[in-house]
Amino acid sequence: MAPPTRVKTLKINNRDVGARQDETILEAAADVGITIPTLCQLDGLSNGGACRLCLVEVKGSSRLYPACVTRVEEGMEVLTNTERLTNYRRMILELLFAERNHICAVCVSNGHCELQTLAQDLGMTHVHFPYRHPHMVVDASHERFVIDHNRCVLCTRCVRVCDEVEGAHTWDVMGRGMDARVITDLSQPWGTSDTCTSCGKCVHVCPTGALFEKGKSVAEMLKKRQFLPYLKLMREERS
Amino acid sequence: MTPEELDEIATIERETTHQFQHRVSVCVGTGCHSAHSEEVKTALEKEVSRQGLENWCQVKGVGCRGLCASGPMVEVDTAARLYQGVTPEDAVEIVETLDTGSVPRLECPTDLPFFTRQTKIVLEHAGRIDPERIEDYIVMGGYTALLKTLTEMTPAEVIEQITTSGLRGRGGGGYPTGLKWRTVAIAAGTQKYIICNGDEGDPGAFMDRSILESDPHRILEGMAIAAYAVGADEGYVYVRAEYPLAIKRLRAAIIQAERNGLLGKNIFGTPFSFHVEIRLGAGAFVCGEETALIASIEGRRGTPRPRPPYPAEFGLWGCPTLINNVETIANIVPIVRNGGAWFAEIGTENSKGTKVFALTGRVNHTGLIEVPMGITLREIVFDIGGGIPDGRKFKAVQTGGPSGGCIPEEYLDMTVDYASLAQVGSIMGSGGMIIMDETSNMVDVARYFMEFCMTESCGKCIPCRVGTVQMHELLCRIAAGQATPHDLELLEELCDLVKQTSLCGLGQSSPNPVLSTLRYFRNEYMDQLAAKPGE
Repeated sequence: MAPPTRVKTLKINNRDVGARQDETILEAAADVGITIPTLCQLDGLSNGGACRLCLVEVKGSSRLYPACVTRVEEGMEVLTNTERLTNYRRMILELLFAERNHICAVCVSNGHCELQTLAQDLGMTHVHFPYRHPHMVVDASHERFVIDHNRCVLCTRCVRVCDEVEGAHTWDVMGRGMDARVITDLSQPWGTSDTCTSCGKCVHVCPTGALFEKGKSVAEMLKKRQFLPYLKLMREERS
Repeated sequence: MTPEELDEIATIERETTHQFQHRVSVCVGTGCHSAHSEEVKTALEKEVSRQGLENWCQVKGVGCRGLCASGPMVEVDTAARLYQGVTPEDAVEIVETLDTGSVPRLECPTDLPFFTRQTKIVLEHAGRIDPERIEDYIVMGGYTALLKTLTEMTPAEVIEQITTSGLRGRGGGGYPTGLKWRTVAIAAGTQKYIICNGDEGDPGAFMDRSILESDPHRILEGMAIAAYAVGADEGYVYVRAEYPLAIKRLRAAIIQAERNGLLGKNIFGTPFSFHVEIRLGAGAFVCGEETALIASIEGRRGTPRPRPPYPAEFGLWGCPTLINNVETIANIVPIVRNGGAWFAEIGTENSKGTKVFALTGRVNHTGLIEVPMGITLREIVFDIGGGIPDGRKFKAVQTGGPSGGCIPEEYLDMTVDYASLAQVGSIMGSGGMIIMDETSNMVDVARYFMEFCMTESCGKCIPCRVGTVQMHELLCRIAAGQATPHDLELLEELCDLVKQTSLCGLGQSSPNPVLSTLRYFRNEYMDQLAAKPGE
């Protein structure tokens, strides 16, 4: 029998909140309807705390904490939307927009893009940093799907869903820093991958238009993620 | 191996050494090695055998003596004579004058402040023993600290001694070592690991390399003691592949120790067993960060993960893991041998013991030095380092590599310890110390380190991956005289963002070189702007 779950009480944005001891700040906040911006996090996948958008302030500490991986503690006082945090989040988004070539007007995910929505929600009106305009490739060698590296934000959701849920581990990351990019198998065209099962999970967890289905035109690509919480629940029930 | 056998090896070795009238030691550390000291050693050996003096004079290779700028170094131990810049052609003369005098043109004064002002604990054997022979280490009292630990002390007593010593991590963070050991020791779990971090990557730093090359058994013994204290039975030494000599000597040392029963099962007939393996880094700077290092050992991509949980609780393969830097481990044996209280007497209130620094840049005596904590920067630069060459003026000293900062002349009389370095916007770091003179351009210095961080960022978190690129771009524009005051504002904003929001230490500390040069040399930035404020 599982040990009894303890409940921790804390304050999020000055609101009293109760949460299970194994919950993260992000989950505890979501339970009471407080939204913390996220990009790399997705329910049903492991969390790496990579995008830094969910950073929150915790009273008594000068450090910022990633809400997606920080567990709740008794008496914690969390602030999720101070001006300082909003500024940081906006700058991080600006850095992302400047990093590769994100052109909403010609994107299949226009209107259904998490990056775009985040920018709108956080009031990002323009990018202060010089655009890098890197030369990125588009791999359309797969019979059903396309990866457009111009739109990739390196959230690694595709890598994680492929490894943790599908079990194929077709995707991985290669290279360091600005040269980092997602690859299929041993950095070969997607269409020649031996491990890819063409399940399409990667396409549907991708927050932007980097991964999309062939035959979709601008603004048509809707991502369907219902399978993830479902699979997660089924697996928890079984174990 | 029994204690008696250990004694016997030492006795035999001592007697063998005493048979020789003369002992000539050639430095075979990396600095001298690249100045062809192996050829010098071969030439000396040839000369000795040509004259039929094999039973009269012993030629041996030893570890680094520190004064790398003057290599290859050769020492006639028996006559306390030190030669610098020796070439293979000098061998004849050196051997011929062994009894009668010296070779004046090669002589290096041994009373230089460079030698006399140092306190050697970590490097006590460097330059004195042959790193490739376990007998040389044993004759110096090697492995007796391990024997003492295993037979006379409980794990708690070992940790108590380390805590009393006040030793702090030498890899850069300065976390109290005793506290770390205790956390791992009390962590739940039957399988525990210990890792020695030798992924030294700061530009201009070669302390760990020198320790591994000069005294590899010291690391193995220190690791075994640490393993006993925390309850681990497996250890890894993570060394970067760019250190072939260190790897070769460490490999040899592990085999020698295993053959002699000083590593492996039931060491000294006690129930304690300990195995050590080497893992090679593939050239990523970020793998010096502990969670990235663990990922790398596990065979995954070397990227950091958020902490907590700390490796002390959730480390290698999810087990409690102790990670200590090479220099930290090298301090363990003398602490156990002499007691924690002895160690605590050296250094300052909050920084105990000594620190090894790699002295490079615009300074006369470049090389490796070991000084007590609390020494002033002026003593290091002007006494030990011998001042600035070509009559130029001192400008700044950079400590802590790409995570550190530049300290200007006004702080030269500041003591070197963890707290004061942090106070002036730098860090102790792993021990790189780059001296700059008046010809150095500080914007260039900041740009250099930013380029380093940019190319070494793993790419996992956005602020570090993209922020460093943008900061580098801005620094390039400033250096090219194309920047506006607005660009400088943007640079400062980015510094704050990357420092506050990056995932690991690499990103969080990457703005430090910019911030510290902006703090002390802001005028240099202003001078290089295309348009001045208000124009």
